[in-house]
Amino acid sequence: MRAVTQVYEGGFSDAVFNSQEVFRALMDAMASPGRVIEIGKLAAAPSPISSVAASVAATLFDHDATVWCDKSITSSAAAIGWLKFHTGLELTSNPSDAQFALIGDLQTMPSLESFAKGTPEYPDRSTTIILQIDSFNGPEELTLSGPGIKDTQGFAPSQLPKMFVDQWAANRGAFPRGIDLIFAGEGALAALPRTTRISKKEA
Amino acid sequence: MTELATYNFAYLDEQTKRMIRRAILKAIAIPGYQVPFASREMPMPYGWGTGGVQVTAAVIGPNDMLKVIDQGADDTTNAVSIRAFFQKVSNVRVTTKTTEATIIQTRHRIPETALQAGQTLVYQVPIPEPLRFLEPRETETRKMHALEEYGLMHVKLYEDIARHGRIATTYAYPVKVEGRYVMDPSPTPKFDNPKMHQSPALQLFGAGREKRIYAIPPYTEVVSLDFEDHPFEIQTFSEPCALCGAKGSYLDEVILDDKGGSMFVCSDTDFCEDRQAEGNGDHLSANPAQAAANPAEAAE
Repeated sequence: MRAVTQVYEGGFSDAVFNSQEVFRALMDAMASPGRVIEIGKLAAAPSPISSVAASVAATLFDHDATVWCDKSITSSAAAIGWLKFHTGLELTSNPSDAQFALIGDLQTMPSLESFAKGTPEYPDRSTTIILQIDSFNGPEELTLSGPGIKDTQGFAPSQLPKMFVDQWAANRGAFPRGIDLIFAGEGALAALPRTTRISKKEA
Repeated sequence: MTELATYNFAYLDEQTKRMIRRAILKAIAIPGYQVPFASREMPMPYGWGTGGVQVTAAVIGPNDMLKVIDQGADDTTNAVSIRAFFQKVSNVRVTTKTTEATIIQTRHRIPETALQAGQTLVYQVPIPEPLRFLEPRETETRKMHALEEYGLMHVKLYEDIARHGRIATTYAYPVKVEGRYVMDPSPTPKFDNPKMHQSPALQLFGAGREKRIYAIPPYTEVVSLDFEDHPFEIQTFSEPCALCGAKGSYLDEVILDDKGGSMFVCSDTDFCEDRQAEGNGDHLSANPAQAAANPAEAAE
Protein backbone atom coordinates (compact mmCIF):
# COMPACT_ATOMS: atom_id res chain seq x y z
CA MET A 1 0.00 0.00 0.00
CA ARG A 2 2.88 2.29 0.85
CA ALA A 3 4.31 1.91 -2.65
CA VAL A 4 0.97 2.88 -4.14
CA THR A 5 0.66 6.18 -2.28
CA GLN A 6 4.31 6.93 -3.09
CA VAL A 7 3.40 6.71 -6.74
CA TYR A 8 0.54 9.18 -6.53
CA GLU A 9 2.08 11.73 -4.17
CA GLY A 10 4.72 14.31 -4.86
CA GLY A 11 3.65 15.86 -8.14
CA PHE A 12 3.79 19.62 -8.67
CA SER A 13 1.44 21.38 -6.29
CA ASP A 14 0.84 23.95 -9.03
CA ALA A 15 1.42 22.34 -12.41
CA VAL A 16 1.36 25.57 -14.38
CA PHE A 17 3.65 27.80 -12.34
CA ASN A 18 5.96 25.11 -10.96
CA SER A 19 6.75 23.84 -14.44
CA GLN A 20 7.23 27.39 -15.69
CA GLU A 21 9.71 28.05 -12.88
CA VAL A 22 11.66 24.87 -13.58
CA PHE A 23 11.66 25.51 -17.31
CA ARG A 24 13.09 29.00 -16.82
CA ALA A 25 15.85 27.50 -14.68
CA LEU A 26 16.51 24.96 -17.45
CA MET A 27 16.48 27.62 -20.15
CA ASP A 28 18.89 29.82 -18.19
CA ALA A 29 21.08 26.80 -17.49
CA MET A 30 21.20 25.81 -21.15
CA ALA A 31 21.90 29.43 -22.15
CA SER A 32 24.76 29.77 -19.66
CA PRO A 33 26.47 26.38 -19.50
CA GLY A 34 27.89 25.34 -16.15
CA ARG A 35 26.07 28.02 -14.17
CA VAL A 36 24.39 26.45 -11.16
CA ILE A 37 20.77 27.58 -10.83
CA GLU A 38 18.85 26.91 -7.66
CA ILE A 39 15.27 25.71 -7.75
CA GLY A 40 12.88 25.06 -4.89
CA LYS A 41 11.71 21.64 -3.71
CA LEU A 42 8.81 21.49 -6.12
CA ALA A 43 8.27 17.80 -6.83
CA ALA A 44 9.08 14.74 -4.74
CA ALA A 45 9.43 11.31 -6.31
CA PRO A 46 10.17 7.97 -4.65
CA SER A 47 13.83 7.01 -4.19
CA PRO A 48 16.16 6.98 -6.06
CA ILE A 49 14.77 9.95 -8.06
CA SER A 50 15.83 13.23 -6.45
CA SER A 51 13.53 16.19 -6.03
CA VAL A 52 15.30 18.22 -8.72
CA ALA A 53 15.32 15.32 -11.20
CA ALA A 54 11.63 14.76 -10.48
CA SER A 55 10.92 18.45 -11.14
CA VAL A 56 12.83 18.36 -14.43
CA ALA A 57 10.97 15.18 -15.44
CA ALA A 58 7.60 16.69 -14.61
CA THR A 59 8.50 19.80 -16.63
CA LEU A 60 9.77 18.12 -19.79
CA PHE A 61 8.25 14.63 -20.05
CA ASP A 62 4.86 13.70 -21.43
CA HIS A 63 3.31 11.18 -23.80
CA ASP A 64 5.28 12.72 -26.69
CA ALA A 65 8.62 12.07 -25.00
CA THR A 66 10.46 8.76 -25.21
CA VAL A 67 12.61 8.28 -22.12
CA TRP A 68 15.31 5.79 -21.25
CA CYS A 69 16.02 5.20 -17.55
CA ASP A 70 19.07 3.44 -16.19
CA LYS A 71 18.91 0.34 -14.02
CA SER A 72 19.08 2.22 -10.73
CA ILE A 73 15.71 3.76 -11.61
CA THR A 74 14.00 0.92 -13.49
CA SER A 75 14.72 -1.40 -10.55
CA SER A 76 12.39 0.70 -8.39
CA ALA A 77 8.77 -0.02 -9.26
CA ALA A 78 7.68 3.02 -7.25
CA ALA A 79 10.03 5.36 -9.14
CA ILE A 80 8.91 4.13 -12.55
CA GLY A 81 5.29 4.19 -11.39
CA TRP A 82 5.72 7.82 -10.30
CA LEU A 83 7.18 8.86 -13.65
CA LYS A 84 4.39 7.09 -15.53
CA PHE A 85 1.61 8.46 -13.37
CA HIS A 86 2.82 12.07 -13.24
CA THR A 87 4.19 12.54 -16.74
CA GLY A 88 2.65 9.86 -18.96
CA LEU A 89 6.04 9.35 -20.56
CA GLU A 90 6.81 6.60 -23.02
CA LEU A 91 9.63 4.39 -21.76
CA THR A 92 12.09 2.89 -24.19
CA SER A 93 14.64 0.13 -23.62
CA ASN A 94 16.98 1.45 -26.28
CA PRO A 95 19.09 4.52 -25.36
CA SER A 96 19.54 5.44 -29.03
CA ASP A 97 15.74 5.82 -29.40
CA ALA A 98 15.41 8.14 -26.43
CA GLN A 99 14.65 11.83 -26.51
CA PHE A 100 15.52 11.97 -22.84
CA ALA A 101 17.49 9.74 -20.51
CA LEU A 102 17.29 9.74 -16.74
CA ILE A 103 20.44 8.47 -15.06
CA GLY A 104 20.57 7.66 -11.34
CA ASP A 105 24.02 6.09 -11.26
CA LEU A 106 26.73 7.78 -13.33
CA GLN A 107 29.29 5.05 -12.69
CA THR A 108 27.39 2.36 -14.54
CA MET A 109 25.75 4.47 -17.24
CA PRO A 110 26.36 3.61 -20.90
CA SER A 111 28.79 5.75 -22.91
CA LEU A 112 27.50 9.00 -24.38
CA GLU A 113 28.08 7.37 -27.75
CA SER A 114 25.19 4.94 -27.16
CA PHE A 115 22.56 7.68 -27.05
CA ALA A 116 20.87 9.38 -30.01
CA LYS A 117 22.99 12.13 -31.54
CA GLY A 118 20.51 13.21 -34.19
CA THR A 119 21.13 13.24 -37.93
CA PRO A 120 23.05 15.81 -39.98
CA GLU A 121 19.71 17.13 -41.29
CA TYR A 122 17.96 16.96 -37.90
CA PRO A 123 20.58 17.30 -35.16
CA ASP A 124 17.75 18.12 -32.73
CA ARG A 125 16.57 14.50 -32.80
CA SER A 126 19.03 13.66 -30.08
CA THR A 127 18.98 12.59 -26.45
CA THR A 128 19.03 15.07 -23.60
CA ILE A 129 20.49 13.20 -20.62
CA ILE A 130 19.45 14.11 -17.10
CA LEU A 131 22.23 13.14 -14.71
CA GLN A 132 21.40 12.89 -11.05
CA ILE A 133 24.32 14.01 -8.89
CA ASP A 134 24.83 14.95 -5.23
CA SER A 135 26.14 18.49 -5.46
CA PHE A 136 28.03 21.05 -7.50
CA ASN A 137 30.95 21.18 -5.05
CA GLY A 138 32.96 18.33 -6.52
CA PRO A 139 36.69 17.90 -5.95
CA GLU A 140 37.67 18.52 -9.54
CA GLU A 141 36.78 21.74 -11.32
CA LEU A 142 36.36 21.76 -15.07
CA THR A 143 36.82 24.95 -17.04
CA LEU A 144 34.12 25.55 -19.62
CA SER A 145 33.99 27.86 -22.62
CA GLY A 146 31.78 28.29 -25.66
CA PRO A 147 28.45 29.94 -26.53
CA GLY A 148 26.64 31.27 -23.48
CA ILE A 149 29.89 31.81 -21.55
CA LYS A 150 31.53 35.22 -21.54
CA ASP A 151 35.11 34.14 -20.83
CA THR A 152 35.27 30.89 -18.92
CA GLN A 153 33.04 29.19 -16.39
CA GLY A 154 34.10 26.82 -13.62
CA PHE A 155 32.04 23.67 -13.15
CA ALA A 156 32.54 21.09 -10.41
CA PRO A 157 29.82 18.43 -10.28
CA SER A 158 30.29 15.87 -7.52
CA GLN A 159 30.08 12.99 -9.99
CA LEU A 160 30.82 12.61 -13.67
CA PRO A 161 30.43 9.73 -16.12
CA LYS A 162 33.58 7.65 -16.67
CA MET A 163 36.22 9.19 -18.95
CA PHE A 164 33.96 12.18 -19.17
CA VAL A 165 36.37 14.73 -20.60
CA ASP A 166 37.32 12.42 -23.48
CA GLN A 167 33.73 11.39 -24.11
CA TRP A 168 32.71 15.03 -24.14
CA ALA A 169 35.45 16.00 -26.58
CA ALA A 170 34.13 13.33 -28.97
CA ASN A 171 30.60 14.63 -28.49
CA ARG A 172 31.77 18.19 -29.13
CA GLY A 173 33.58 17.00 -32.23
CA ALA A 174 30.37 15.63 -33.75
CA PHE A 175 28.72 19.08 -33.72
CA PRO A 176 26.02 19.89 -34.80
CA ARG A 177 25.08 16.32 -33.87
CA GLY A 178 25.46 15.44 -30.23
CA ILE A 179 23.79 14.96 -26.87
CA ASP A 180 23.06 17.62 -24.27
CA LEU A 181 23.35 17.17 -20.51
CA ILE A 182 21.28 18.43 -17.62
CA PHE A 183 22.82 17.94 -14.17
CA ALA A 184 20.30 17.63 -11.34
CA GLY A 185 22.04 18.25 -8.03
CA GLU A 186 20.75 18.95 -4.53
CA GLY A 187 18.39 21.93 -4.84
CA ALA A 188 19.94 23.14 -8.06
CA LEU A 189 20.56 22.27 -11.69
CA ALA A 190 23.05 23.07 -14.44
CA ALA A 191 23.41 22.16 -18.10
CA LEU A 192 26.06 21.38 -20.68
CA PRO A 193 24.82 21.86 -24.23
CA ARG A 194 26.79 20.16 -27.01
CA THR A 195 28.54 23.44 -27.91
CA THR A 196 30.48 23.68 -24.64
CA ARG A 197 34.22 23.02 -24.63
CA ILE A 198 35.90 21.60 -21.54
CA SER A 199 39.46 22.07 -20.45
CA LYS A 200 40.72 20.64 -17.17
CA LYS A 201 41.87 23.28 -14.75
CA GLU A 202 45.60 23.40 -14.43
CA ALA A 203 46.77 22.75 -10.89
CA MET B 1 -8.61 40.36 -13.71
CA THR B 2 -7.17 39.52 -10.30
CA GLU B 3 -8.53 35.98 -10.15
CA LEU B 4 -7.40 34.77 -13.53
CA ALA B 5 -7.89 31.08 -14.18
CA THR B 6 -4.40 29.63 -14.47
CA TYR B 7 -5.17 26.30 -16.09
CA ASN B 8 -4.46 28.00 -19.39
CA PHE B 9 -2.09 30.68 -18.15
CA ALA B 10 -0.58 32.48 -21.14
CA TYR B 11 -3.19 31.05 -23.54
CA LEU B 12 -1.40 27.79 -24.40
CA ASP B 13 -2.24 24.48 -22.73
CA GLU B 14 0.49 22.77 -20.72
CA GLN B 15 1.20 20.03 -23.25
CA THR B 16 1.80 22.64 -25.95
CA LYS B 17 4.10 24.59 -23.66
CA ARG B 18 6.12 21.46 -22.89
CA MET B 19 6.50 20.78 -26.61
CA ILE B 20 7.65 24.35 -27.29
CA ARG B 21 9.93 24.32 -24.24
CA ARG B 22 11.65 21.15 -25.44
CA ALA B 23 12.19 22.82 -28.82
CA ILE B 24 13.61 25.96 -27.17
CA LEU B 25 16.15 23.94 -25.17
CA LYS B 26 17.31 22.17 -28.35
CA ALA B 27 17.46 25.48 -30.20
CA ILE B 28 19.74 26.97 -27.54
CA ALA B 29 21.95 23.87 -27.66
CA ILE B 30 22.39 24.16 -31.45
CA PRO B 31 22.79 27.91 -32.08
CA GLY B 32 21.31 29.04 -35.39
CA TYR B 33 19.73 25.68 -36.25
CA GLN B 34 15.99 25.75 -36.99
CA VAL B 35 14.15 23.29 -34.73
CA PRO B 36 10.78 22.15 -36.14
CA PHE B 37 7.89 22.47 -33.69
CA ALA B 38 4.16 21.79 -33.78
CA SER B 39 3.04 25.39 -34.12
CA ARG B 40 -0.52 25.98 -32.95
CA GLU B 41 -3.23 28.20 -34.31
CA MET B 42 -3.29 31.39 -32.33
CA PRO B 43 -6.10 33.91 -32.00
CA MET B 44 -4.43 36.15 -34.55
CA PRO B 45 -3.51 35.63 -38.20
CA TYR B 46 -0.19 34.34 -39.45
CA GLY B 47 2.08 37.27 -40.07
CA TRP B 48 1.05 38.94 -36.83
CA GLY B 49 3.73 37.24 -34.83
CA THR B 50 2.20 33.87 -33.96
CA GLY B 51 5.66 32.32 -33.68
CA GLY B 52 6.98 34.96 -31.31
CA VAL B 53 3.76 34.87 -29.31
CA GLN B 54 4.01 31.09 -28.83
CA VAL B 55 7.65 31.35 -27.72
CA THR B 56 6.82 34.15 -25.29
CA ALA B 57 3.78 32.23 -23.97
CA ALA B 58 5.94 29.16 -23.28
CA VAL B 59 8.61 31.20 -21.50
CA ILE B 60 6.69 33.86 -19.58
CA GLY B 61 5.87 33.64 -15.87
CA PRO B 62 4.26 35.81 -13.21
CA ASN B 63 7.60 37.44 -12.28
CA ASP B 64 8.28 38.69 -15.78
CA MET B 65 8.08 42.21 -17.15
CA LEU B 66 7.12 42.22 -20.82
CA LYS B 67 7.93 44.78 -23.49
CA VAL B 68 6.65 44.45 -27.05
CA ILE B 69 7.98 46.47 -29.96
CA ASP B 70 6.96 46.78 -33.58
CA GLN B 71 9.69 48.37 -35.73
CA GLY B 72 11.21 49.75 -32.56
CA ALA B 73 8.00 51.41 -31.41
CA ASP B 74 5.96 50.47 -28.34
CA ASP B 75 2.86 52.26 -29.59
CA THR B 76 2.12 50.74 -33.00
CA THR B 77 -0.70 48.30 -33.76
CA ASN B 78 1.16 45.01 -33.55
CA ALA B 79 2.98 45.97 -30.35
CA VAL B 80 -0.13 47.29 -28.63
CA SER B 81 -2.28 44.29 -29.51
CA ILE B 82 0.29 41.67 -28.49
CA ARG B 83 0.99 43.52 -25.25
CA ALA B 84 -2.75 43.63 -24.54
CA PHE B 85 -3.02 39.93 -25.41
CA PHE B 86 -0.45 38.96 -22.79
CA GLN B 87 -1.93 41.29 -20.20
CA LYS B 88 -5.23 39.54 -20.73
CA VAL B 89 -4.06 35.91 -20.84
CA SER B 90 -1.20 36.02 -18.35
CA ASN B 91 -1.77 39.12 -16.29
CA VAL B 92 1.96 39.92 -16.35
CA ARG B 93 3.41 43.35 -15.79
CA VAL B 94 4.24 45.25 -18.96
CA THR B 95 6.58 48.12 -19.67
CA THR B 96 7.90 50.23 -22.50
CA LYS B 97 11.32 50.64 -20.84
CA THR B 98 14.00 48.44 -22.38
CA THR B 99 16.01 48.42 -19.16
CA GLU B 100 13.08 47.20 -17.02
CA ALA B 101 11.93 44.38 -19.27
CA THR B 102 12.83 40.73 -18.69
CA ILE B 103 11.27 39.59 -21.95
CA ILE B 104 11.15 41.78 -25.06
CA GLN B 105 9.10 40.50 -27.96
CA THR B 106 10.16 42.25 -31.13
CA ARG B 107 9.19 42.54 -34.71
CA HIS B 108 12.22 43.49 -36.73
CA ARG B 109 14.26 45.76 -34.46
CA ILE B 110 16.71 45.33 -31.61
CA PRO B 111 16.45 48.11 -29.00
CA GLU B 112 19.14 50.80 -29.17
CA THR B 113 19.81 50.51 -25.44
CA ALA B 114 22.26 47.67 -24.92
CA LEU B 115 20.57 44.54 -23.58
CA GLN B 116 21.67 43.02 -20.28
CA ALA B 117 22.38 39.49 -19.11
CA GLY B 118 19.16 37.85 -17.98
CA GLN B 119 17.01 39.55 -20.60
CA THR B 120 15.38 37.50 -23.35
CA LEU B 121 14.67 38.91 -26.77
CA VAL B 122 11.93 37.07 -28.70
CA TYR B 123 11.79 37.70 -32.44
CA GLN B 124 8.75 37.23 -34.65
CA VAL B 125 10.01 35.58 -37.81
CA PRO B 126 8.09 35.36 -41.12
CA ILE B 127 10.49 33.16 -43.12
CA PRO B 128 13.13 31.45 -41.00
CA GLU B 129 15.02 29.78 -43.83
CA PRO B 130 17.70 32.14 -45.20
CA LEU B 131 18.13 29.93 -48.28
CA ARG B 132 14.42 29.74 -49.11
CA PHE B 133 14.41 32.34 -51.89
CA LEU B 134 17.40 30.63 -53.45
CA GLU B 135 16.11 27.05 -53.07
CA PRO B 136 12.38 26.49 -52.49
CA ARG B 137 12.60 22.81 -51.49
CA GLU B 138 12.86 22.15 -47.76
CA THR B 139 14.56 18.79 -48.39
CA GLU B 140 17.32 20.59 -50.27
CA THR B 141 17.82 23.45 -47.81
CA ARG B 142 18.00 20.90 -44.97
CA LYS B 143 20.75 19.11 -46.86
CA MET B 144 22.55 22.38 -47.58
CA HIS B 145 22.59 23.20 -43.86
CA ALA B 146 23.70 19.65 -43.03
CA LEU B 147 26.60 19.87 -45.49
CA GLU B 148 27.36 23.49 -44.56
CA GLU B 149 26.90 24.26 -48.25
CA TYR B 150 26.39 28.00 -48.25
CA GLY B 151 28.04 28.90 -51.53
CA LEU B 152 24.69 29.86 -53.01
CA MET B 153 24.22 32.58 -50.41
CA HIS B 154 27.58 34.08 -51.31
CA VAL B 155 26.61 33.95 -54.99
CA LYS B 156 23.48 35.91 -54.14
CA LEU B 157 25.50 38.58 -52.32
CA TYR B 158 27.99 38.60 -55.18
CA GLU B 159 25.18 39.16 -57.69
CA ASP B 160 24.17 42.17 -55.60
CA ILE B 161 27.67 43.57 -56.07
CA ALA B 162 27.70 42.79 -59.80
CA ARG B 163 24.37 44.53 -60.29
CA HIS B 164 24.53 47.41 -57.82
CA GLY B 165 28.21 47.79 -57.06
CA ARG B 166 27.61 46.93 -53.40
CA ILE B 167 25.74 44.38 -51.30
CA ALA B 168 22.22 45.74 -51.68
CA THR B 169 20.61 43.53 -49.03
CA THR B 170 19.49 45.91 -46.31
CA TYR B 171 17.29 43.77 -44.08
CA ALA B 172 17.15 40.05 -43.22
CA TYR B 173 20.88 40.18 -43.89
CA PRO B 174 22.23 36.63 -43.46
CA VAL B 175 24.52 35.89 -40.53
CA LYS B 176 26.68 32.93 -39.58
CA VAL B 177 26.24 31.77 -36.00
CA GLU B 178 29.23 30.38 -34.10
CA GLY B 179 30.97 29.60 -37.36
CA ARG B 180 28.43 26.94 -38.38
CA TYR B 181 24.81 27.75 -39.34
CA VAL B 182 23.80 30.51 -41.69
CA MET B 183 20.75 32.09 -40.12
CA ASP B 184 18.07 34.61 -41.04
CA PRO B 185 18.07 37.29 -38.34
CA SER B 186 14.38 37.98 -39.24
CA PRO B 187 13.72 41.11 -41.32
CA THR B 188 15.60 43.42 -38.97
CA PRO B 189 17.54 46.15 -40.73
CA LYS B 190 21.16 45.11 -41.14
CA PHE B 191 21.89 48.06 -38.87
CA ASP B 192 20.96 45.74 -35.98
CA ASN B 193 23.10 42.76 -36.99
CA PRO B 194 26.17 43.83 -34.99
CA LYS B 195 24.02 43.98 -31.82
CA MET B 196 23.44 40.22 -32.10
CA HIS B 197 27.15 39.48 -31.84
CA GLN B 198 28.24 38.56 -28.29
CA SER B 199 25.01 39.95 -26.85
CA PRO B 200 24.62 39.25 -23.12
CA ALA B 201 20.90 38.58 -23.72
CA LEU B 202 19.36 35.33 -24.89
CA GLN B 203 17.78 35.64 -28.35
CA LEU B 204 14.90 33.34 -29.33
CA PHE B 205 13.26 33.27 -32.76
CA GLY B 206 9.76 31.93 -33.44
CA ALA B 207 8.21 31.35 -36.87
CA GLY B 208 4.57 30.31 -36.47
CA ARG B 209 3.49 29.64 -40.03
CA GLU B 210 6.78 27.96 -40.92
CA LYS B 211 6.82 26.04 -37.59
CA ARG B 212 10.42 26.69 -36.63
CA ILE B 213 12.17 27.87 -33.48
CA TYR B 214 15.82 28.87 -33.34
CA ALA B 215 18.07 30.67 -30.91
CA ILE B 216 21.30 32.51 -30.25
CA PRO B 217 22.61 31.94 -26.70
CA PRO B 218 24.26 34.88 -24.92
CA TYR B 219 27.91 35.60 -25.79
CA THR B 220 27.78 33.87 -29.15
CA GLU B 221 29.62 34.78 -32.31
CA VAL B 222 27.27 36.21 -34.95
CA VAL B 223 28.99 37.33 -38.13
CA SER B 224 27.28 39.00 -41.09
CA LEU B 225 28.34 37.39 -44.36
CA ASP B 226 30.53 39.54 -46.58
CA PHE B 227 33.59 39.60 -48.83
CA GLU B 228 37.10 40.82 -48.07
CA ASP B 229 36.83 43.56 -50.68
CA HIS B 230 33.18 44.31 -49.85
CA PRO B 231 33.06 44.22 -46.05
CA PHE B 232 29.74 44.29 -44.22
CA GLU B 233 28.56 47.81 -43.48
CA ILE B 234 25.56 49.14 -41.59
CA GLN B 235 23.32 51.96 -42.70
CA THR B 236 24.40 55.46 -41.70
CA PHE B 237 22.29 58.59 -41.56
CA SER B 238 23.51 62.02 -42.51
CA GLU B 239 21.30 63.77 -39.96
CA PRO B 240 20.63 63.19 -36.28
CA CYS B 241 17.16 62.29 -34.97
CA ALA B 242 14.89 65.33 -35.30
CA LEU B 243 13.35 64.79 -31.87
CA CYS B 244 16.22 63.75 -29.62
CA GLY B 245 19.28 64.62 -31.68
CA ALA B 246 20.68 61.10 -31.43
CA LYS B 247 23.45 60.24 -33.85
CA GLY B 248 24.05 56.61 -34.61
CA SER B 249 20.54 55.34 -33.91
CA TYR B 250 18.30 53.83 -36.58
CA LEU B 251 15.98 56.47 -38.06
CA ASP B 252 12.54 56.31 -39.68
CA GLU B 253 11.37 58.90 -42.17
CA VAL B 254 8.18 60.66 -41.09
CA ILE B 255 6.20 62.50 -43.78
CA LEU B 256 5.04 65.87 -42.50
CA ASP B 257 2.91 67.28 -45.31
CA ASP B 258 2.03 66.81 -48.96
CA LYS B 259 4.77 69.16 -50.17
CA GLY B 260 7.62 66.72 -49.71
CA GLY B 261 8.46 67.77 -46.19
CA SER B 262 9.73 65.06 -43.92
CA MET B 263 11.86 64.45 -40.91
CA PHE B 264 13.90 61.56 -39.56
CA VAL B 265 13.24 60.27 -36.06
CA CYS B 266 14.48 57.34 -33.99
CA SER B 267 12.61 54.12 -34.71
CA ASP B 268 13.17 53.08 -31.08
CA THR B 269 10.54 55.18 -29.28
CA ASP B 270 11.71 54.29 -25.76
CA PHE B 271 15.30 55.29 -26.54
CA CYS B 272 14.10 58.54 -28.16
CA GLU B 273 11.77 59.46 -25.29
CA ASP B 274 14.49 58.81 -22.71
CA ARG B 275 16.86 61.09 -24.56
CA GLN B 276 14.24 63.82 -24.84
CA ALA B 277 13.50 63.53 -21.12
CA GLU B 278 17.21 64.00 -20.48
CA GLY B 279 17.00 67.29 -22.39
CA ASN B 280 18.55 66.24 -25.68
CA GLY B 281 17.31 67.33 -29.08
CA ASP B 282 14.77 70.09 -29.07
CA HIS B 283 15.86 71.40 -32.44
CA LEU B 284 13.74 70.38 -35.45
CA SER B 285 16.67 70.63 -37.82
CA ALA B 286 15.98 67.44 -39.69
CA ASN B 287 14.63 69.04 -42.82
CA PRO B 288 15.99 72.55 -43.16
CA ALA B 289 14.00 73.27 -46.33
CA GLN B 290 10.77 72.33 -44.65
CA ALA B 291 11.61 74.12 -41.43
CA ALA B 292 12.41 77.31 -43.28
CA ALA B 293 9.38 77.14 -45.56
CA ASN B 294 6.89 76.56 -42.84
CA PRO B 295 8.40 76.96 -39.39
CA ALA B 296 5.11 76.89 -37.54
CA GLU B 297 4.02 73.60 -39.01
CA ALA B 298 7.38 71.95 -38.54
CA ALA B 299 7.48 72.92 -34.90
CA GLU B 300 4.26 71.09 -34.12
